[in-house]
Amino acid sequence: MRDTLTGSRIRERRQIAGLRQAELARQVGISASYLNLIEHNRRRIGGKLLVDIAGALTVEPSVLTQGIEATLISALREAAADAVGQQAELDGLEEFAGRFPGWAGVLSQMHRRVVSLERTVETLSDRLTHDPHLAASMHEVLSTAAAIRSTAAILADTQDIEPEWQDRFHTNLHQDAERLAESSKSLVTYLDESDSDGDHRGVPMEDVEAFFEAHGHHFPEIEEVGEEAEIDLSDLESAAARTVTREFLKVYAADAKAMPLDRLQAALAEAPLDPLQLAARFSVNVATVLRRLAALPGGYLGRPTGLVICDASGSILFSKSVPGFAMPRFGEACPLWPLFQALNRPLVPIRKRVVQLGRTAAVFDCFAYAWPQHISDFDDGPIYRSVMLVRSVEDVAQDEQAVARVGPSCRVCPSSDCASRREPSILSEGF
Amino acid sequence: MSRKVLLIEDEPNIAEAIRFLLTREGWQVETHAEGSDALQVIQGADPDLVILDVMLPGKSGMEILRDLRELEHMQGLPVLMLTARGQSRDREMAENAGVSRFMTKPFSNTEMLTAVRDLHAQATQS
Repeated sequence: MRDTLTGSRIRERRQIAGLRQAELARQVGISASYLNLIEHNRRRIGGKLLVDIAGALTVEPSVLTQGIEATLISALREAAADAVGQQAELDGLEEFAGRFPGWAGVLSQMHRRVVSLERTVETLSDRLTHDPHLAASMHEVLSTAAAIRSTAAILADTQDIEPEWQDRFHTNLHQDAERLAESSKSLVTYLDESDSDGDHRGVPMEDVEAFFEAHGHHFPEIEEVGEEAEIDLSDLESAAARTVTREFLKVYAADAKAMPLDRLQAALAEAPLDPLQLAARFSVNVATVLRRLAALPGGYLGRPTGLVICDASGSILFSKSVPGFAMPRFGEACPLWPLFQALNRPLVPIRKRVVQLGRTAAVFDCFAYAWPQHISDFDDGPIYRSVMLVRSVEDVAQDEQAVARVGPSCRVCPSSDCASRREPSILSEGF
Repeated sequence: MSRKVLLIEDEPNIAEAIRFLLTREGWQVETHAEGSDALQVIQGADPDLVILDVMLPGKSGMEILRDLRELEHMQGLPVLMLTARGQSRDREMAENAGVSRFMTKPFSNTEMLTAVRDLHAQATQS
């Protein structure tokens, strides 16, 4: 678009500089009336005269010719489009930005801020809906506040309150005040930790998984020096995420010590992948083998390999994703996964070829094993965890009948006749 | 015959404060703190008005209300719903479920009493 507002900008800049038209005209060697025509965009201006005027106004000539940046115009257009119940004069947009660049900048900045705040509100609202900890904490705080408000008002407003009721309400107030202090403190800590998280992922497990993903699930420093290796956890801003990561790295170091990389590499070169043989060869349990295999650098196993670990409640504690096998984040996985079947048969290694119903219908070999996490005392039942290695299968044609059908999680599973379904699928039809 | 309100609220100190306020207003107040059997309790108590919290153990107040309105003889029962979440989405859900009045925590005692009086007056007029 041809710029026709150089004159308007000269006029504005002259006024900002506190110069009269005649003064500026004299400085650049033209008549005041000619400058007046220029300032009203009735004469085009360029070359030496433009440079002289810019010099007199102590601005770059481009400020007078180009005026506002295209981004400012574009931001103003967006602001106008987003305005509710207000019709902006779009025809005059460039003139507005040219004549009042400061105000235009403010408007554009405010619009950007509104957009950013709207996103934050959406995120928080979404978290309030889906983050059970936040929702429960808010409910706790507001319920306690409601109890305090009602009780305090009764004590303040009721003249003839019986002494036993008065005592009871005083006790309730004290209890609720203590509860409110605790729940508010816990909520603020939680929000502080979430706020300081640059990506606003918010849930520690997501941070942990992002951290492992960023390292390719392999830590050469630990392979070399073991548990003493110093791994930089500064990307993890929440204390909870750092604690969980340290625990997983401790397990990683123990696994690496039990199955050193060079010896494991040699074993894998000698024979096809067999977790049971590896367990016997290295004198370790199958869980160690499965975790270790998932921690090998890319290429060792030839095919994409994922891992998922859950506790006895079925909550997913850790996962390494593998393309084509959807792993829901928060313990809402398909109960047909061998991972959960292993919990029913602790210490029995399970191998199953599965196809995950969904978009890709890719086939995977799953190796699962549940092992006792902790035995607290004689006669106490152990608490188990279960691990599952998920390895993609390239050629399945001759073996299709042996493939078990599993889903990602009920909500997005297209299987309509599953006896293990927890809730209806949001998919009306299979993909 | 005294008017009866059934208060379904799992927060004991809120329940105690509401019970105190309504008792002094002449209401007979019964309380219940569990969601899973709340529908049966409502039917058994045959109250003039129900005050129902949304977040209850076992079953949410929203579900209880939906189930309640399925029963033909319970469609006119005034239900005042209490919630710590005042989002318009929740309010809309409650209205769709057939709530008579929706109140966000923390509420004032005056608000509570006014709502109960209004709901009861409307119910007795109709």
